[in-house]
Amino acid sequence: MYNKVTKEDLAVLQNIVGESEVLFGDAINPDYAHDELGGIEKMPEALVRVRTTEQVSAVMKHAYEHSIPVTVRGSGTGLVGAAVPVEGGILLETTKMNKILSLDKNTLTVTVQPGVLLMELAAFAEENDFLYPPDPGEKSATIGGNISTNAGGMRAVKYGVTRDYVRSLTVVMPNGEILTLGATVAKNSSGYSLKDLVIGSEGTLCVICEAVLKLVPLPKVSVSLLVPFKDMKSAIEAVPKIICTKVIPTAIEYMSRDTILFSEDYLGKKFPDTKNDAYILLTFDGNTDAQVDQDMSIVADLCLEIGALDAYIVDTEERKKSVWSARGAFLEAIKASTTEMDECDVVVPVNKVDEFIKYTHALAEKYSVRIPSFGHAGDGNLHVYICRDALEQEKWEETLTACFDDMYKKAEALGGLVSGEHGIGYAKKEFLKKQYGETPIAIMQGIKKVFDPKNILNPGKVCF
Amino acid sequence: MNILVCVKQVPGSNNVEVDPVTGVLKRNGIQSKINPYDLYGIETALTLAEKYGGSVESITMGPPQAKAVIEETVCMGAKCGTVLTDRKFAGADVLATAYTLSQGIKKCGEYDLIICGKQTTDGDTAQVGAEVAEYLGLPNLSNVLSIDDFKDGKLYVTASLDDKVVKMSVALPCLISVDGDINTPRLPSYKIKKGLKEDAVKFLTFADFDDQNADHYGLTGSATQVERIFPPEKNEQKFNVVGDAESQSEELFGLLKSKKLI
Repeated sequence: MYNKVTKEDLAVLQNIVGESEVLFGDAINPDYAHDELGGIEKMPEALVRVRTTEQVSAVMKHAYEHSIPVTVRGSGTGLVGAAVPVEGGILLETTKMNKILSLDKNTLTVTVQPGVLLMELAAFAEENDFLYPPDPGEKSATIGGNISTNAGGMRAVKYGVTRDYVRSLTVVMPNGEILTLGATVAKNSSGYSLKDLVIGSEGTLCVICEAVLKLVPLPKVSVSLLVPFKDMKSAIEAVPKIICTKVIPTAIEYMSRDTILFSEDYLGKKFPDTKNDAYILLTFDGNTDAQVDQDMSIVADLCLEIGALDAYIVDTEERKKSVWSARGAFLEAIKASTTEMDECDVVVPVNKVDEFIKYTHALAEKYSVRIPSFGHAGDGNLHVYICRDALEQEKWEETLTACFDDMYKKAEALGGLVSGEHGIGYAKKEFLKKQYGETPIAIMQGIKKVFDPKNILNPGKVCF
Repeated sequence: MNILVCVKQVPGSNNVEVDPVTGVLKRNGIQSKINPYDLYGIETALTLAEKYGGSVESITMGPPQAKAVIEETVCMGAKCGTVLTDRKFAGADVLATAYTLSQGIKKCGEYDLIICGKQTTDGDTAQVGAEVAEYLGLPNLSNVLSIDDFKDGKLYVTASLDDKVVKMSVALPCLISVDGDINTPRLPSYKIKKGLKEDAVKFLTFADFDDQNADHYGLTGSATQVERIFPPEKNEQKFNVVGDAESQSEELFGLLKSKKLI
């Protein structure tokens, strides 16, 4: 069905992007065979590092004409194997398309290439007194990757997810055609939203080469509260009550003492408080001290009323760094605490978070396995990790399958979905199929066929 | 162990602009905060008091609104604190500040240990601690990296000198200045803040001090005069390590070690 990359193909690719930007065989670093957690490895036949939309177009045109599979890769920080070239072929790396092209203060937009890192965009926005609100934990992910997974992050409670900030996309279709989807407009009722189909499509429909992203004015004041509880049950049960206050925090994260201790080990840096078993971390932002202080006080008073042991104020750059840098390292810290792990990134209605977390605790007991978790309690997106620790391979696989089956069933029963922000990629395909059933998957496959009739772009992912 | 921590209110951001004409920091509209280095001092004090018993108090010199930083130390766990405030104290350089603090400390009580942060983020002189010790006739240890033990009335510490790290012991009473990163300071408690009582902060003025010679305080009591304040040049020096993996890692290791980063 697919053709292998030949010497002739390599010569064509070298002609398009330059000799030094095409690697093949042993010259390709083995890291390109996997992402951070997808559980699947496969080396590409050729690694092609592109710098311009025109180069992407020329590579795709050649690949299309010669039926060579192409997988797009940014920083490789994905967690579900979406950027793994499972059919070999060409791995198209976009990290050198890393320019912030323009800032338009009249339309409050910034135009970027896909290889710009989230941390670079966040810093650029802030330097210009703007905020790019999507804030996933992995700051070294590329914007192209964030758009491809519709990444959410910690500010989603108040600001929404990546999709809410994409105005338009310049993309290259599998046959090499360059299109602009969407526009730099605030409203759009002009037919099917192709731009929104591309967001979250995990590199299966087209190659994102440029994005116009919406910014918001930078809030002048931001304060976090770290609220300790005697146990996770009390912490999680506080979240729906906080939401009922109608104060909208920027973020509501939950974390357990165990996870914080892993993070201390991993970063070699102490967290400001580890005396209690469970914590909720909230952030409030606004333009005046008085407004933020009022919001914070309403929530802090409520928390104390319903059993919080205190509410610690995180109000300076140094304090924010000491708390949020630990939060940002949780995934890597849990990973470092075990021999192997896999994750479940389900999203459930916000009023079901406590029920789901309690369920994972019950599963940990049922299967005698460690299941630490943390996540976005305020938007229902949870990151639950099943740790292998000392389990034998067979027992591990058995336990993993049983845990995942139970968790995805539970999420579905609670009205949730398979993935909140990490995507489906390769690793979660079967769970998506189980939940959605035949017709929705057939519609997805139909969409894929319209965009990519030869199925050369990131084959074997999401719905296939 | 009764401990006193010296603190200072500084601009809330590290990016405070300097007026190019007057050379004065543009503080308008900039929030203020407790000097970050002092937080390490407070945490050190609270940890020692928890371990060996005793209480922690704080002291600052500044305008009346410096009350906020004393309240913050109370929210972190200090028992109470004092603001030394008087127009006569205005314009003090390092020496006059240290003298004013020493006069204030004498009026606040008897302490086994006085702790200062290594330096402030607005003045950066790192001299106030040592000079306060001098005025109070106390032994002083600077750049303390860790408190290793306390026994038989002696504090055992590790401290950083320019090119070496030394272990020392000092008998109480004494003054120490702690380095940044000696610990992770605890966060202020909203619960304490809510129940904060008026008497948690007391004020002392020139009239309360033993030395009633106004020439020893503020601008007139200062040994140095500020001629010009200007922002430091930004150093964006980059260092490329070249060569094969082995020589690169060796060179990088040497570089990090020479800067005491590892």
